[in-house]
Amino acid sequence: MSQYQVKAGPEAYLPPAAASMGIVLPDPGEAHIEGKIVSEDKAYEHCAKKLLEAKVPTIFPGPLVLWKWNEKAAQKAAAVRRLAEILPARIIPMADYRPKYPKIDPEVEINPNHPNLTIWHSNIDVGLFVGVHCHQANLALKIIRGGTNCYTLAMCAQAGHEDACLSFRDATVEKIDKLTATIERLKKEGVKSQAEPFTQFKMDRTGRVD
Amino acid sequence: MNKTVDGNRRIIASQHVKIGQKNRKDQTYTDPNKFFFETEGKAQFLTGSEVIKEAIRLASVGTSVAYPITPQSEAAALIGELFAEGYLDEYFRGESEFAVMGQCAGAAFGGHRVFTTTAGPGTLRAIENFPMWAGARLPIQVCVTCRGINSPLSIQPDTLEMHYLLETGMMVWHAETAQDLFDYILKGFIVAEQPDVHLPIAVCCDGFFVTHTKDTVVLPPTDICLPPYDPYKSPVPAMDMECPPVRMMRDPFVMKSNYISYATHASWQQEVRGAMERSRKHAIALLDGLVDIENGDQEVLFVTSGTAVSQSREAIRLLEKDGIKVGLVKIKTVRPFPTEEIREATKHAKHIFVPEFNMAGWMGREIKAILPDNERVVTAPHVAGGMTMPSEVIVEQVKTTLGIAFEPLAQRG
Repeated sequence: MSQYQVKAGPEAYLPPAAASMGIVLPDPGEAHIEGKIVSEDKAYEHCAKKLLEAKVPTIFPGPLVLWKWNEKAAQKAAAVRRLAEILPARIIPMADYRPKYPKIDPEVEINPNHPNLTIWHSNIDVGLFVGVHCHQANLALKIIRGGTNCYTLAMCAQAGHEDACLSFRDATVEKIDKLTATIERLKKEGVKSQAEPFTQFKMDRTGRVD
Repeated sequence: MNKTVDGNRRIIASQHVKIGQKNRKDQTYTDPNKFFFETEGKAQFLTGSEVIKEAIRLASVGTSVAYPITPQSEAAALIGELFAEGYLDEYFRGESEFAVMGQCAGAAFGGHRVFTTTAGPGTLRAIENFPMWAGARLPIQVCVTCRGINSPLSIQPDTLEMHYLLETGMMVWHAETAQDLFDYILKGFIVAEQPDVHLPIAVCCDGFFVTHTKDTVVLPPTDICLPPYDPYKSPVPAMDMECPPVRMMRDPFVMKSNYISYATHASWQQEVRGAMERSRKHAIALLDGLVDIENGDQEVLFVTSGTAVSQSREAIRLLEKDGIKVGLVKIKTVRPFPTEEIREATKHAKHIFVPEFNMAGWMGREIKAILPDNERVVTAPHVAGGMTMPSEVIVEQVKTTLGIAFEPLAQRG
């Protein structure tokens, strides 16, 4: 069995891909926490606690939920919004994967090629990826693990991400809503969000509008 | 590994919206688990080239691009017949192997399942495209019918070209027989297209020995076929000119000189290799393990791949007549390399022989690199340039190493 654990960084100048360290992705019905295979139910609990404990909990929605390319995407986007509101968590989009030069605006966007800039800028301690294509998600998750102390969570619609500290697989609207419900329950039980106060920025085609 | 992966002979993510529907050739798109594990086959007597054709008949391939080079030309031509019969959407001849592989990339970017064949110098002419396929996460399949690549030119069997494929980021599987070739082509598509893998695959066989000899092969009925490729499972956006990987073709951001780009590039390569690692789980399920082991408890073992396995089997029979018991480890996937499986299989062996059909002995080096006490590994015998490897030559190598007297084959006239 692999001894490697997928912990929050900063891990190394160039950390290894977790898959190359023997971390195998969960099968349907499973998730992983720091490389250990667990039941989905356990992962909901751990994920909810991590988000509630965070000072700067942040959701990074990718193009697969940001753009209404089908009805499911729109429903998933609405579920992501419900999740952000219940926490509360700020939303910083990964709207596409274009390399941005000379550099991105790290306050309002995250890019898979240099996601660490956004993490550093806002001191993000827990980040959840949803709707990001798998290759770009793994790229970003590994760079984040390498150079930041952000604890990464992945709500993956396909096979999951071993480069995240926690990953679900086969994510659906129902699974996102189940995470939201878990957070709601914990809050009712007295767990308080540790999130620092923030104002969610708003943008349109011309840029920031708030 | 953080969890046990065994050959449970089921594969994940086998659902496709078209399963159960019929294609234009009246074939039913069939769940891969049902296709591979629950379908009765029928024995036929075919050449390897004909087997390639029969595999593609059932593979729901969209595009195949051909270019002539021995010994794959016949297979490429037979796939043309399938196109004429309506089994493929696109089939044409490229301008060279380099062009062929670029055209395959275009078709794969567009969402087609893509198959091509090449061999020898053609593989080397094409090779720049293979890391590009892997980096762009294109699950293209190339069947490599291995032959000589050196000058003086030889069209005969030689597996040296496989060595050049090992670090391209492609999966590399090596068929021993025509049956393997048939199975690996079809199963290769399914593993390559898993969303967590999504890499190109080279299914290799030894030219002529497999392609041009007839063998008994069990084939499923022709009224079923694999479900088509599902581009929505791709881990990268399809054909987005603004985003990598397509944008790399027109704006190579990774070449720009700053630390972030280098880190991105390095992480990108790590992710491709990570995807290769993920293929293990799926390949183990479909191939029933990355290696086959026969009498693995023996102190003398043959560990090899391709038709060197077949020659080793006969050598085992000859050695047994002399009272020397030898086991066999057949390597099915060279990338990913079955490191743990070989370590486990050879842990009690005192002598490990690696017969190979190439001058470099690259398989021997691969095995030496992963084993403790690797002085146990005898990287011999080697033949090259189209020579056969008589089983007696393998027997002689074993007896020489063990210090057993014998009459050399070369003295027999």
